[in-house]
Amino acid sequence: MPDGKETTLILMQPGQSGVVVEIQGRRGMTHRLGALGIIPGKRITKVSSMFMRGPVTVLVDRAQVAIGYGMASRILIKLI
Amino acid sequence: MGNPNVGKSVLFHRLTGVRVIASNYPGTTVGYTSGFMKLEGERVEVIDVPGTYTLEPTSQVEEIALKMLETGDVVINVVDATNLERNLYLTLQLLERDIPVIVALNMWDDTRHKGIHVDLDGLKKLLKVPVIPTVAVTGEGIKNLVEHIPQACSPAMPARTSNRRWSTIGKITGQIQVITHRHHTWRECLADASVKPLTGSLLALVILACSFFVVRFIGEGLIGYLLDPLFENLWAPVLLKLSSLLGGGGFLHSIVIGSVSGGEINFVESFGLLSSGLYVPLAMVLPYIIAFYLVLGLLEDTGYLPRLAILMDSAMHRMGLHGYAIIPTLLGLGCNVPAVLATRILESKREQFIAATLISIAIPCSALQAMIFGLVGGFGLQYVVIVYGTLFVVWVVLGIILNHSVKGFSPELLIEIPPYRLPQWRTVLQKLWLRVRGFLGEALPMFLGAILAINVLYTLGAFDAIASFTAPVITGILGLPKEAVTSLVIGFLRKDVAMGMLAPLSLTASQMVVGSVVLAMFFPCIATFVVLLRQLGVLNMLKATGIMIASALIVGGILNLIL
Repeated sequence: MPDGKETTLILMQPGQSGVVVEIQGRRGMTHRLGALGIIPGKRITKVSSMFMRGPVTVLVDRAQVAIGYGMASRILIKLI
Repeated sequence: MGNPNVGKSVLFHRLTGVRVIASNYPGTTVGYTSGFMKLEGERVEVIDVPGTYTLEPTSQVEEIALKMLETGDVVINVVDATNLERNLYLTLQLLERDIPVIVALNMWDDTRHKGIHVDLDGLKKLLKVPVIPTVAVTGEGIKNLVEHIPQACSPAMPARTSNRRWSTIGKITGQIQVITHRHHTWRECLADASVKPLTGSLLALVILACSFFVVRFIGEGLIGYLLDPLFENLWAPVLLKLSSLLGGGGFLHSIVIGSVSGGEINFVESFGLLSSGLYVPLAMVLPYIIAFYLVLGLLEDTGYLPRLAILMDSAMHRMGLHGYAIIPTLLGLGCNVPAVLATRILESKREQFIAATLISIAIPCSALQAMIFGLVGGFGLQYVVIVYGTLFVVWVVLGIILNHSVKGFSPELLIEIPPYRLPQWRTVLQKLWLRVRGFLGEALPMFLGAILAINVLYTLGAFDAIASFTAPVITGILGLPKEAVTSLVIGFLRKDVAMGMLAPLSLTASQMVVGSVVLAMFFPCIATFVVLLRQLGVLNMLKATGIMIASALIVGGILNLIL
């Protein structure tokens, strides 16, 4: 990968794509995210983030998913 | 069964003819509905199950789905054909169980627009169960699906770990799915704009303002140009004739027609079964119910509501909720009963408690709102604004208080956002009819019953006894005449009748404001009370009730002091 920088979903810029590297959370959280297809190895694209620590919207496969700020900050992404 | 928002309820309607509320957001169905269909000459029961992503439930709604699975003989697994990557996870879990499965590949028409090509035969071979493409909204493929139900089978796949399932899905989609790239459609551009901070906020303001004006426009239009003339010109003469037939007075007269003064009937104040009993629900409340549910239906079916949830998320966190709680809250502006049921889409008991309590205190249902507009609005729009402003402040402040005082923490927002769809008039109108029929079927008898009860209690003098007993609170704290207590008591049956009872008391504008705010907050109507009790349990219900009464008295008292 050319610029395989690691970052979180929060720091990622809208429009950027990356691969999920790690989800730093308890089982409950990884489970909820996993149910929506957000698992390590999955390629996602950030659509937007809302102000005042609002949710981050990402594109996973062909579905948009909104992820709460705290959760999004614990999802590590490798940019591509 | 299937993931949320894949069209299970629409398919269910196609199979059974039973009408259920279907919308374009995950979590529309929070309970189960059953209906019957003919299958090879036999009557079989079909159950519409709430959506779930996996068989390991993460919310109360998903628990219901899992429970239903255990009662079924055959599973129709509804799958969103445009998102196999995620939908097949549940499918694989189902195939690992010992239950026959048939897959309905729904939204099949969308695959073409989205440039997705799915190899049906290949998918059938890999899953080892029948796979039928369907378009539930138009009915395409439904017959084919029904014909194949007897062929549903269980391949009894070996149980996998979740990682193995995901990699299996990757292999399957790699083999049978080809995606061609294409450009953004205008709907997708709009979709992106509505979750971006600046454009999203602007859009929300415009949409909410438009909704409000459309509701008022339709509601007032129906009242002013259709229902009022109808009652005044056609119904009033009939009633006056009946009044003289009944001798112009007496017990029966007061129940059937109510009070008639100077040869004229005041439809709001007379309180007879055929006068107020018909006029208030049909000519004051119904128009707003129609208007509100029409607009809500449009908002639901476009798929806008989850986007509003994203916008509201950080604000709602301060109230111990996440953004998705805005959906039950909006439903509450129609009727608190489905709103309380809809709190099941929230993950934790804590959120459910906060959301349900806030809804039953600070969210007036459309019947009550119609009466607030009708009665308080007579004094000037500024008083209506005070009522709404007060309830909004109560909603926010109480939410913050509850967030700090209820133990536990609230999980974060995590939702799938459906694509924007153009609402189909047929489905929007069907849904509207379903809700209006619900109002007519449940509210109208209740309404007439309440009026009957009021008349009987008046004659027995029961209200006088209560009135003098509660006078210190009603007049002392709230500054209302002691007769207003009858309205609060009746508020337990129906709040619109209760508002109507304030009308003959010749209250001042500020008393009217206090009366309507207290009535809105004080206690839920009996229908809401029953679902609250079931949803929260006795102990939490007692807590919620305490909060309701205390906050109603405090806020009513404060309003009385400052107005």
